[in-house]
Amino acid sequence: MATSTILGAVNDALKTALAKDDRVVILGEDVGKTGGVFRATDGLQAEFSERRVFDTPLAEGGIIGTAIGMALYGLRPIPEIQFLDFIYPAFDQVVSEAAKFRYRSGGEYTCPMVIRAPCGGGIKGGHYHSQSSEAYFAHTPGLKIVMPTTPADTKGLLLSAIEDEDPVLFLEPKRIYHKKFKEEVPDGWYTVPLGKAAVRNEGTDVSVISWGAMVHVALEAAKKAREKDISVEVLDLRSISPLDVAAVLETVRNTGRVVIAYEAPRTGGFGAEIAAIIAERAIEVLEAPIARVAGFDTPFPYTLEHVYLPDAGRILNAIDHVVNF
Amino acid sequence: MPTDVQSVLQPDGKVKNGMLPDLTDDRLREMYRLMVLTRAFDDRGMNLQRQGRIGFYLPSRGEEALQVGCALALEPDDWSFPSYRMPGFALARGVDPAMMLNQIFGNAADTCRGRQMPVHYSFREQNFVSISSPIGTHIPQAVGAAMAMKYRGEKSVAITFMGDGGTSSDGFHVGLNFGAVYEAPVIFFCNNNQWAISVPFEKQTRAESVAIKAKAYGMPGVRVDGNDALAVYAAVKDAGSRARNGKGPTLIEALTFRMGPHSSSDDPSRYRPDEVVEQWQKKDPILRFREFLTGKNLWDEEFETECQEGSKALLYAAAKEAEKAGPPAVETMFEGVYREIPPELALQRDGLVGLAKSGQLTGKDEGYFPL
Repeated sequence: MATSTILGAVNDALKTALAKDDRVVILGEDVGKTGGVFRATDGLQAEFSERRVFDTPLAEGGIIGTAIGMALYGLRPIPEIQFLDFIYPAFDQVVSEAAKFRYRSGGEYTCPMVIRAPCGGGIKGGHYHSQSSEAYFAHTPGLKIVMPTTPADTKGLLLSAIEDEDPVLFLEPKRIYHKKFKEEVPDGWYTVPLGKAAVRNEGTDVSVISWGAMVHVALEAAKKAREKDISVEVLDLRSISPLDVAAVLETVRNTGRVVIAYEAPRTGGFGAEIAAIIAERAIEVLEAPIARVAGFDTPFPYTLEHVYLPDAGRILNAIDHVVNF
Repeated sequence: MPTDVQSVLQPDGKVKNGMLPDLTDDRLREMYRLMVLTRAFDDRGMNLQRQGRIGFYLPSRGEEALQVGCALALEPDDWSFPSYRMPGFALARGVDPAMMLNQIFGNAADTCRGRQMPVHYSFREQNFVSISSPIGTHIPQAVGAAMAMKYRGEKSVAITFMGDGGTSSDGFHVGLNFGAVYEAPVIFFCNNNQWAISVPFEKQTRAESVAIKAKAYGMPGVRVDGNDALAVYAAVKDAGSRARNGKGPTLIEALTFRMGPHSSSDDPSRYRPDEVVEQWQKKDPILRFREFLTGKNLWDEEFETECQEGSKALLYAAAKEAEKAGPPAVETMFEGVYREIPPELALQRDGLVGLAKSGQLTGKDEGYFPL
């Protein structure tokens, strides 16, 4: 078992899948010779040939559209969208085509594919290299959405996504590609089930429910809260769809207080869905109103990025608010 | 020159010298029968809609030759990514008209399980890929399937269809570009029927033709008389042969005319003059093919009656059956969103089924596309 970053785990999973399954092909802008702008596919074309790992013309609708055709025909394409911010020209292909084939054809045609896209802020990329648009896709029956937060999970969830019979949008929080930590990642074929959340820190006073890079900010806030004798449970959703509702309700029942932390714009964000589920099914255990700490309802800014993104201080402030209600 | 329009049959049904594709007499008669069946199917579909028995229909009158000619030029293993005005193509690929009627009624026997509007067919057995309504999305998908065929070293081809309106879509551009770049074994087939609902061809493009666009993508573009089944057959055979031999895609532009409305909800008298329709009436593809068969002693009244009455009787009976089959069960609405139903969706299903059983639902099937 070797230690790896999240980025290394992506590469490891792709390599493992290419080696195991001849149906797997990787396509996207710059994924070939240069190994992707983040180097997620580094060395894969050299090892597996241009037939398996290839560059595409610069058109996201074409990348996803052709990948759909390959999936319909029986391959397991893994298209890369260079930044999630660039996926919108392919939105129709993702939400009305890939996600709908199984249903609309009565199961005659299916679309097993994994769309990988780096997401989120924190790299000073401005509006067009920073968005977290998971909520648009969460509104799409037929699509699964995964967002890993640790290296081992990255490998395990990506391989599960590649094995899955339905299309998966695999969102990689690029801010933590290299940073934060390395950890041991199991060798060979290793999977983590989709649709299962993980408790990253156990606690009894308040639950912080989060996903993506924000989970690490929540853990930092939990550490600071501990200094004030507040015990924080941090739940990492890992999958946005299917959502592990049981885990959400369980942590709420453990603590009776909830902060939802995400970096996308607040209004209509996926945190709203979490809040609604809790209000519908666990309102009786709530000791305080649900609090959301999110990005603001502005486009993602460049210079003031560090102020836009929720930080440990803002999460801690919300923790204080619900604990002292 | 892309402006040359390839044809085999002259307007009077006579064959241009030495142009006849290699087809047996039986095959030629089969072509005719399928064209007649296609027209009968469209008539049946429009009548069912006018009688209020189905909500919507979308006819292909006038475009029978290109659909049938195209289908017969393909191999069984080839894949098609059709647009929505293709009943004749489905029939000529061997789809049972009863299955098409099941889809139109959205009944429990429909391959799509009542999940799509009429004419959005899916027929796995014939490699006829599920149709969607947004224009052009299927074009890059056909390229992807063709790339997969090439990846596997197979000799099949993918064919995809779009109307003249579809050539303006971004799917058309990315599809042709990707197809050419990867030398994918794909045929891009444009049925240029002159009208995209109410917008005429000259408002879609300033190019002198659709076919000429092929040059910029780096592939051959051909124009063919779309009301000439044999010319279309020959063009698709040629394009298929190129694709099967590793020479990449071809763009075919078949010139035809949408004789009817865009759909049962459309009134073409609002936007196009009758004179134009009358001009095209004279180029009717079925009549022309009948003249051709007559000239070869392959047509007589008995054959005509067999084609016409046989089609009508078959479709009349199949429509009755399809109507009897009834709608899919409520719980089927929740199936097949994913391979396995997620727990939350199962809860939604159980809730709705419970309400349905207790008779608390008040929604009614209005059965009508309100336009």
